[in-house]
Amino acid sequence: MATLYEPALSLRDHLAILPVLLPLIGAPLIVIFGSRRTAFFIALTAFIGAFIACAALLLELRGGAPIVYYLGGWAPPAGIEYRVDAASGLVAFLIATIGMLVLPYAQVSLKREVELRHHSLIYACLLLCFSGLMGMVLTGDAFNVFVFLEISSLSAYVLIAQGAGQDKRALTAAYDYLIMGTIGATFFIIGLAFLYASTGTLNLADLGERIAQNTGNRSLNAGFVFIFVGLGLKIAIYPLHLWLPRAYTFAPSAVSVFLASTATKAALYVLVRFFFSVFQIEFLEHFQIISITLGLVGIMAMFSASFIAVFQRNLKRMLAYSSIAQIGYMVLGVAMLSQTGLTATLVHIFNHGITKAVLFMGAGALFLRAGSVFYDNLAGLGRRMPLTMGAMVLGFLSLIGVPGTAGFISKWILVQAAFERGLWWVAVLILLSSLLAVIYCWRAVELLYFAPNENNKIINNNIKEAPLMMLIPMWILALACVWFGLDTDLTIGFAGEAARTLIGGG
Amino acid sequence: MDLPASIAVVILLPLLGVLANGLFATRPNLRDISTLVVAVMTFFAVLDIYMQIGNNTSNEVRAWEVVSGLSIAFRVEPLGLMFAMIASGLWIITHIYGVGYMRGGDESNQPRFFACFCVAISAVMGIALASNLFTLFLFYEILTISTYPLVAHKGTKEAIAGARTYLGILIGTSIALFLLAIVWTFAVAGTTDFTRGGILDGRIAGAFVPILLGLYVFGIGKAAILPFHKWLPAAMVAPTPVSALLHAVAVVKAGVFTILKVGIYIFGIDFLADTGASVWVMWLAAYSILAASIIALMQDNLKRRLAYSTVSQLAYVTLGMALASQMGALGGGLQIAMHAMGKITLFMCAGAIYVACHKTDISDMRGLGRVMPVTFGAFFIGALSIIGLPPLGGSWAKFALMLGAAEAEHLVIIGVLMVSSLLNVAYLMPIVVRGFMGAGGDKVVIKEAPFLCLLPLVLTAVGCFILFFYVDCLVDFLTPITLTGGLK
Repeated sequence: MATLYEPALSLRDHLAILPVLLPLIGAPLIVIFGSRRTAFFIALTAFIGAFIACAALLLELRGGAPIVYYLGGWAPPAGIEYRVDAASGLVAFLIATIGMLVLPYAQVSLKREVELRHHSLIYACLLLCFSGLMGMVLTGDAFNVFVFLEISSLSAYVLIAQGAGQDKRALTAAYDYLIMGTIGATFFIIGLAFLYASTGTLNLADLGERIAQNTGNRSLNAGFVFIFVGLGLKIAIYPLHLWLPRAYTFAPSAVSVFLASTATKAALYVLVRFFFSVFQIEFLEHFQIISITLGLVGIMAMFSASFIAVFQRNLKRMLAYSSIAQIGYMVLGVAMLSQTGLTATLVHIFNHGITKAVLFMGAGALFLRAGSVFYDNLAGLGRRMPLTMGAMVLGFLSLIGVPGTAGFISKWILVQAAFERGLWWVAVLILLSSLLAVIYCWRAVELLYFAPNENNKIINNNIKEAPLMMLIPMWILALACVWFGLDTDLTIGFAGEAARTLIGGG
Repeated sequence: MDLPASIAVVILLPLLGVLANGLFATRPNLRDISTLVVAVMTFFAVLDIYMQIGNNTSNEVRAWEVVSGLSIAFRVEPLGLMFAMIASGLWIITHIYGVGYMRGGDESNQPRFFACFCVAISAVMGIALASNLFTLFLFYEILTISTYPLVAHKGTKEAIAGARTYLGILIGTSIALFLLAIVWTFAVAGTTDFTRGGILDGRIAGAFVPILLGLYVFGIGKAAILPFHKWLPAAMVAPTPVSALLHAVAVVKAGVFTILKVGIYIFGIDFLADTGASVWVMWLAAYSILAASIIALMQDNLKRRLAYSTVSQLAYVTLGMALASQMGALGGGLQIAMHAMGKITLFMCAGAIYVACHKTDISDMRGLGRVMPVTFGAFFIGALSIIGLPPLGGSWAKFALMLGAAEAEHLVIIGVLMVSSLLNVAYLMPIVVRGFMGAGGDKVVIKEAPFLCLLPLVLTAVGCFILFFYVDCLVDFLTPITLTGGLK
């Protein structure tokens, strides 16, 4: 890639901006051409375009060098830079994949859950949220991160509130998230202000260079803590997770699928970016209390959230608590401050993203047929919906971390990272906490598949398999869970490369 | 066929049975015959591998690299080949028996049942031929998960509770302990390949050796060493063909087979003997042998009694590994074969009794032997083999283990083995005696089980005799596993 900007005319040179731009253009178009059918096709086009762009970015990244793009042709530090490297490429690919697959799914599930007249606006919000998450991941500018964070958050609040058609509590859940999310964003922007005040730049690469020369500066330390806590709220790091279970439980199914597998992941990516590109490893090693805290809250999340998940009687709520626990594994990887640990985090971001998408899709399919996700009403439902059940079992196995599934790969690397650091007790804790995952996952499988359904009033002869529009995305992701458990070229390849450049100071 | 192709065939062929059960779900005859054909073909595919390399160790066949240093790879070596032969050979017999049993008992969901059975066999083949711990672990977990629906088959509250215990203990131990041990091994040795002489010598020392060994011994829950044995009695709620093939042969043998592999090819017999790391496992195994036998004495349910007997007999194999002597390892290998033949006979007899008159409690079986002479005769032979009396196969395994104990200079263990044999007499013989001697209380006319149920158990009873007379072939075949140096 040329470092100097040259006027480029082909679409290929604009790859880095397309995943953000296409949905951003699509959203107002949907509002203008209001009809439901047009809205769906506009959204589908934007998602497919974004997916192709992300896939192409990944192919370009095989060469090794990051892809740099100057927005409007203005070079940084005056202009805004987009920078795609192995880490952002992988996370962007995850978001694009989920986005593309969730849309056909949403088309069916929304019909059951939300009034028809709201559909086209939901598609618009989905596009905005998608665009925001993509922007957070792809941009190389700190203020731009904040702007996109807000875009994705605001549209997420609206999306969650749409669950009110089924359960009015969706409104308070969205409101909770709004308050917490706003506090998080405020902390984040305060932190940015500190950084700007002490360095005079907002470009991430620039910030990194100047902070490295400026260690021991108190306002930088303050900025770091503000950014950490602000992002912690968005990631739902334990104990800042309180908004998450209700938001995921009461949101419409398709929204839960999308948010659970992308939103917290994008925020975590931003955290990783700020930790390792901006503040860099020397700063973190100096400021050790942060990594120790992060490790401890990670372990607490692994245990307490899993423990709570065991006692849930609502499938979506159980999955939400499991997400909090899984985020614990991811931040634990960050806390190790090692290449292997960071690889584990990035791989788990991807693997857990696809795993949770399968499971939330399954929960949505069950809701479509049974009208409820409470365990009492789901007993024996799996026998009537064997294909949905099959995909969900694969998802559960991956969540547990059974070998041959994606979840195993991330766990393997994480445990190895713990051994590498000599933290064998952490390795033991990681594996012990997966026992809790076995319990909460198998409780659900047993209930869906083997529990007698004579007393279940909801099950009658009308209950059939979920429609194809749901099954196909679900099975693509379920098979991906197996595929990425066996072929790790993409996941470990990119995550390892990313960890090398992030920690090696590249 | 060259070796990689043969290995692929052995592992993938049983999956063809899944297809057959799916396609012909509504046509029972076609379904069961095609599964039988698959079973026979699998057995011949294993034989074909034997023809190709005999008791040599093949080169590694790498199928797929998952992460660098972590690949799905296979290697044929005598112990694994023997295990594959036993499992695939007995699968044919059990399938015939299973068809008789499931139809005789009019069980539901038969296609699902036989399909899961095929997956389980495929997983066993993968375990038997795995060339590193990761591959073995992969198939180990597939085996656990594919047998879960078999245990829960009846769908009653009891069956679900049993299956929950089954899965909980097997998955729990494997993830919390076995996986930890594998990662630890990988972290210190940089590989998990099964290598003659072991890979840990010089890489780990002091108190860590017995700790790591402990993680393996307890983590491999399928070996049912006390106190992680509860899953085995719990699994007895499954239909009897499952208990016969899987919980007397395939699943439990996969456990002790893994223990032997870890002892021989990961730690290395010499390394274990030098460090003395396995002494505590030896005492644990001895305790397991005696305690489980005593519990078996107190069981009135026939299948539960047999299950505890299995727990006790499995500990013999763990004991063989823990003796850390060449004869001990050989004895462990022999015990895998001998116990498989004997115990499957006993379980099939228990199933035949159930099919014929729906009796499960030993106290109800008074006089039953006189109306079911074939079944009780086969039971008698199987029981003698388990006890270890000549001229039946089981005696050689006990003999080799005693020699191994003498070689390792643990004379107390010889005493333990003798006491255990007496306990075996005490819990197995009364069943036969009661069957033939006791006064029949029932007025109902009871006949032998259907022919398809009887034929297999007669065959395996005869097999117990054959193993006694042809044991030298088996010993010659297994000798390479006891060698430590030399070719890889």
